[in-house]
Amino acid sequence: MRRPAGVIMKVEDALEMICQTHPGMVRSHNEDSVACESACGLVVLADGMGGYNAGEVASGIAVSVVATEVSHSLQNNSPIRRDEETGDEYGVLLLRDNIQRANAAIYYAAQSQPQYAGMGTTIVTGLFYDNRVAVAHVGDSRLYRLRGETMEAVTRDHSLLQEQIDSGMISIEDARLSKNKNLVTRAVGIDAKVASEIHVHDVLVGDVYLFCSDGLNDMVEDEDIHSTLYAMQGNLPLAAEQLIQMANDGGGRDNVSVILVKVKGRFSAPGSWLARMLDWFRK
Amino acid sequence: MAAKLILSMDGAVIKEYPLNKERMTIGRKAHNDIVIDNLAVSGEHAAVVTIMHDSFLEDLDSTNGLEVNGVPTKKHFLQNNDVIEIGKHKLKYINDQITQTTSADFERTMVMRGPVSQAGAAKAGTMKTPARPNQPAEGEAAERTGKFDASLPAKAAAPATPPAASRPAAQGDTARVAVVQILTGPNAGKELELVKNLTTLGKPGLQVAVLTRRPQGFFITHVEGASFPLVNGQALMNQAHQLNDHDVIELAGIKMEFYFKG
Repeated sequence: MRRPAGVIMKVEDALEMICQTHPGMVRSHNEDSVACESACGLVVLADGMGGYNAGEVASGIAVSVVATEVSHSLQNNSPIRRDEETGDEYGVLLLRDNIQRANAAIYYAAQSQPQYAGMGTTIVTGLFYDNRVAVAHVGDSRLYRLRGETMEAVTRDHSLLQEQIDSGMISIEDARLSKNKNLVTRAVGIDAKVASEIHVHDVLVGDVYLFCSDGLNDMVEDEDIHSTLYAMQGNLPLAAEQLIQMANDGGGRDNVSVILVKVKGRFSAPGSWLARMLDWFRK
Repeated sequence: MAAKLILSMDGAVIKEYPLNKERMTIGRKAHNDIVIDNLAVSGEHAAVVTIMHDSFLEDLDSTNGLEVNGVPTKKHFLQNNDVIEIGKHKLKYINDQITQTTSADFERTMVMRGPVSQAGAAKAGTMKTPARPNQPAEGEAAERTGKFDASLPAKAAAPATPPAASRPAAQGDTARVAVVQILTGPNAGKELELVKNLTTLGKPGLQVAVLTRRPQGFFITHVEGASFPLVNGQALMNQAHQLNDHDVIELAGIKMEFYFKG
C-alpha cells in the first residue's frame, strides 16, 4: 500500500513499531525494559544496573514513568507548542522533565530501600511528531538510523570509552579491544539530578530507527547490524528477531533489547487539527 | 595486580616498573618515573597513561622516536606482551588483568561518577565517589553499583563458559566456506561466497530472502515479497530453514545451489 508523499498521516499510521527484549544466553534476569506507545509516537528503552533485581526495578521505573507520563501529557497538549519561559518545544520538555521525574523516583526508591541502594539505568527514548524525532538519552543505550543505504549512530554514548575516543586517546579500532566498555559516565537514578542529552532530528519517509541496549552493539558488529536492517527493512518483526538472534549467537552475554521504528509516511503532530490551529493562534 | 613494564637490554632484564600512577614518564633525566640513562634516549622521551585497566603509550616528541613491536609509533594503546623499543632498550608491557578479569567481568554496565580526569586518577577497580554530605554510608553502596557487587564474582565467572563451549562445536559448519552458485538465468554459473554473517538475495522492497551464518550452520529466511523461496522444490515457511550441502534454492524463478567448498 503506497500513499502519495504529500498526504499527512496520523503518527500511529505513519510509523511501524516493533519492541523486543531478551535476557540473552547467560543472565537469569532481564534488566532491560522497553515500551512502545504507538498512539503518540513514543518509544522508550532502558538498561538497568544494580545488584539482585535492582536493575530491573530501575529500568522498569524509568520506562513506565516516561511512557505513561509523556503519553498522558500529549492527550491534552501538542508537542510542537513552544514553552513560553524556555522557548523549548513541548515535546522536548516532556522528555527532559519526565526523565528527571524517573530519576527522582529511582533515586528515592534507592535511598529508602537498602536492597536498591545504588541502582540506576540508562535510557534512550524517541518521540516522533511533526516529521521529526526528539531523541533523549543517558548512558550507553543507543539509537541508530538507517536512511537509504547508510546507517549512522544518532546518539553518542555517555561512556568512558566514548570520552577516550573523543579526546583522541584511543582510536575507534582500538576501542574494540578496550576492557572499559561498560563504564557509563551518566545514568538515571544515581544522583538527585540527571542531565539528559536531547536533540531533535528531521525524519524522512523510509527511515528505519533502531533503539538498542548495549547487549546488541557489544555482541554484534555495526556492519552486521547495518546489513540486517537494510536487508530486512521490509519485515520489521523478522529484523528484530534476527538482531537478537545474532547477539545470542555471538555469546549473548548481556540482556538484549531492540526497538525498531519504520517511517511509512509523513506525519503531523498528534492532537486534532483544531488544537494545532489554536496553538498556532497562541504563538 | 597492576600492569607493569619490564625494562631490558640485549635480553637481560634490568628492572620492573608497576604502572601504579595515572601517568608515568620515560626518559633520560632523573625526574622521570622510568629512567633510561643512555644518550639515545631523550630527556623526556615518552609517557604511559593508565586509566582503569587500559594503558596508552605516547611519544613526547623524542629525538629518536620509539617502536612498538617493531613499528615506529607516536601513540599506542598497549596490549599485553607489547614490546616498546627505545634505542637499544626494550620495555615489555605485561597486563595480568587480561587473564584475571575475563571479558565477562566487564559485561555488566557500571556507572562512573564525576569527570573523567578524576575517575582516571582512581586506582583500578575502585571507583572514586565524590564525598556527599548527609549520606556517609551511601557512597559505599553506590560504589558497588553494577558488577563489583559482592554477590557477583561467582556469577560473573560462570558466563564465560557456555559461549566458549558452544563455539568449537560450531566450527564444523561455519569454518567451511559455503557458496551459492547460480544455475539458471542471465547470471548462471556465477558463484557467491557466503563470507558475511548475512547475505541478501533479491531486492529490498520487492523480493528478499537472506542467508544467515549461525554457529549451527547456514539458514535461509524469507523476508518479503509475494512468493516464498523454494528449497529442493518445497516452499519455505515463515521460519528460518537450515541449508544442507547441495540444496537447490529457487527464488523468483532463479535456481541456485548451496554447497560447501573443500
